[in-house]
Amino acid sequence: MRKLIYEGLVRRPLTELPPAPEDSALAEIAGSLDRAARHRLGRSLAIRAVDAGSCNGCELEIHALNNAFYDLERFGMKFVASPRHADVLLVTGPVTKNMREALERTWRATPDPKWVVAVGDCAADGGVFAGGYASLNGVASVLPVDLHIKGCPPRPIDLLKGLRALLQS
Amino acid sequence: MAILEDFIRAGDRVEVHRPVPRALVAPKDWRLASEYLAGGALDLVGLWAEPALVHMALREKDTGAVAVVTCDAAGGQFPSVGQVHAPAIRLERAIRDLFGLEPVGLTDPRPWLDHGRWGLAHPLGHRTEPDATPYRFLPAEGESLHRIPVGPVHAGIIEPGHFRFTANGETVVRLEERLGYVHKGIESLMHGVPLDRAGALAGRTSGDSTVAYQWAFAGAVEAALEVTPPPRALWLRALMAELERIANHFGDIGAICNDASFGLMHAHCGVLRERVLRASDVAFGHRLMRDRIGVGGVTVDLAPTGRAAIEALLREARSRFPTLVELYDSTTSLQDRTAGAGRVSPELADQFGAGGYVGRAAGRSFDVRKSLAYAPYDALSFDLPVRTEGDVNARVWIRIREVEQSLRLIEQILAALPAGALRAEMPSPRAGEGMALVEAFRGDVLAWVRLAREGTIARCHLRDASWFQWPLLEAAIEGNIVADFPLCNKSFNCSYSGHDL
Repeated sequence: MRKLIYEGLVRRPLTELPPAPEDSALAEIAGSLDRAARHRLGRSLAIRAVDAGSCNGCELEIHALNNAFYDLERFGMKFVASPRHADVLLVTGPVTKNMREALERTWRATPDPKWVVAVGDCAADGGVFAGGYASLNGVASVLPVDLHIKGCPPRPIDLLKGLRALLQS
Repeated sequence: MAILEDFIRAGDRVEVHRPVPRALVAPKDWRLASEYLAGGALDLVGLWAEPALVHMALREKDTGAVAVVTCDAAGGQFPSVGQVHAPAIRLERAIRDLFGLEPVGLTDPRPWLDHGRWGLAHPLGHRTEPDATPYRFLPAEGESLHRIPVGPVHAGIIEPGHFRFTANGETVVRLEERLGYVHKGIESLMHGVPLDRAGALAGRTSGDSTVAYQWAFAGAVEAALEVTPPPRALWLRALMAELERIANHFGDIGAICNDASFGLMHAHCGVLRERVLRASDVAFGHRLMRDRIGVGGVTVDLAPTGRAAIEALLREARSRFPTLVELYDSTTSLQDRTAGAGRVSPELADQFGAGGYVGRAAGRSFDVRKSLAYAPYDALSFDLPVRTEGDVNARVWIRIREVEQSLRLIEQILAALPAGALRAEMPSPRAGEGMALVEAFRGDVLAWVRLAREGTIARCHLRDASWFQWPLLEAAIEGNIVADFPLCNKSFNCSYSGHDL
């Protein structure tokens, strides 16, 4: 263990330069929260991930944000265990009917002001799961969505660009 | 003894089912098959329905032979297998929810995937009004017992499901799972659609196993149409499947250690996982290699820079991973958490036909790549690691050993990758039935298809390995402390989406 820790001290960090925030994301969230609310959220965001029916592909890439290459926490963002601690709900999946109530309750448990970010193609409009008896057509059919990050699944770098836009808007 | 042969001979054999035989059997033979399952001579490989039929895929333990037996359910019912063989219970509850067919004799009357929220009942059968009866958890009675409801929204970045713990102080007396939250109706969405759309849905059944699912789906269709993909396509599929396997295993090994509060392993394994995904991205143009397998072959070739990227990955893994294995092996405070925790007995693993590391950590030496070897694995050399302790530690070690074997496989594939076409010529559309089993990182995935004459999907069933692993988690946690549940759960890493469909 000592050797590994020592190596970590002398090797260059793997963490990569931050990507610029996505322009389209900046534009999408420009009108989402008023100035006072944004000021209150400041430069630090607590994120609560909610899987509302994803295939778990998006979760894998959201997880990757915490690895040494992307290191989400350096931007003042971190994942929290409870919606009551969260500023942002990161929602994946088309919203299955079986998850709808749980998602709504999670949203209600999140204090205002808050942002909702829909992650992935099926969170945007239901994706390949749209039109079935068991799912709704994306997060916006249940909650007000402030930002969409598309992809199947979105790459971690795209997630970073979108999330950074929340801080810079 | 050739039990399955007898069933097929006595039944009404279906000619168009490939590659294994299928026969319509009399209800008495269906019951007899259930008895063989209960007695341990057969393994349950799958149990699924159509509006008026119920199919059961079986594997004979002695000979390794696989066959499908079918029971007529035109009267709206069929003899329950679950009444004598517990691994079938949840599958039968799902059949009742989706098709409205009654498994006669099944003692559990509760729904499974249907939470009364779809606005209808029996979506794949005769649709009726939904039933709004509240779900009843199993009772647990005794002095000083208390209940802890957890989920469906969990504390981490994981999929949703509900866990109902009954605990005596810190000790778990009973865990009951309730799943179905991410049911998307995939089998219904596949009905009547063209092969490429169905393949896209198959690849989104469980995102972490997208390669395995698309391989299984393509394999089933290819069996039905009697198409053999060109050798290069098969080898590229295996290359993708092994990259997917090591990516998931690296992630799991780190995450299990993280759930025992050992973040160092998590950080280093996370780096290795990211390296695999980046190499996969360079080689095949997608980090998870989604939509890279199509019916008849693969949709992309190995990129010109792909070979070098994968070779660099192999060098990195070979130089870094042994240090991490040594770190795991020599950190006693970590082993204190993993050794002896969440034990699955070999008897249970055998009864449930548990695949993947859950089975192989508990003495069940089953891996489709070996046991029902498909190309190109029949031409590759690798070992099948098996342990018998069945605890969290054993499941970590199985993953470690499998990473080593997969690195060997990737080397062999790169060394002998055949040249040639990427896709087979497709025959004109026709009706047929096919089945395929593919080893995903967490265990065997079964895909079964019936094609309509115009070449669309008449019925497709996908069965994740998790169906036979989730119930064992309930058994594994018994007698452990509540705080060890995340550790045990992560060591299983069952798929919610793959199970809920």
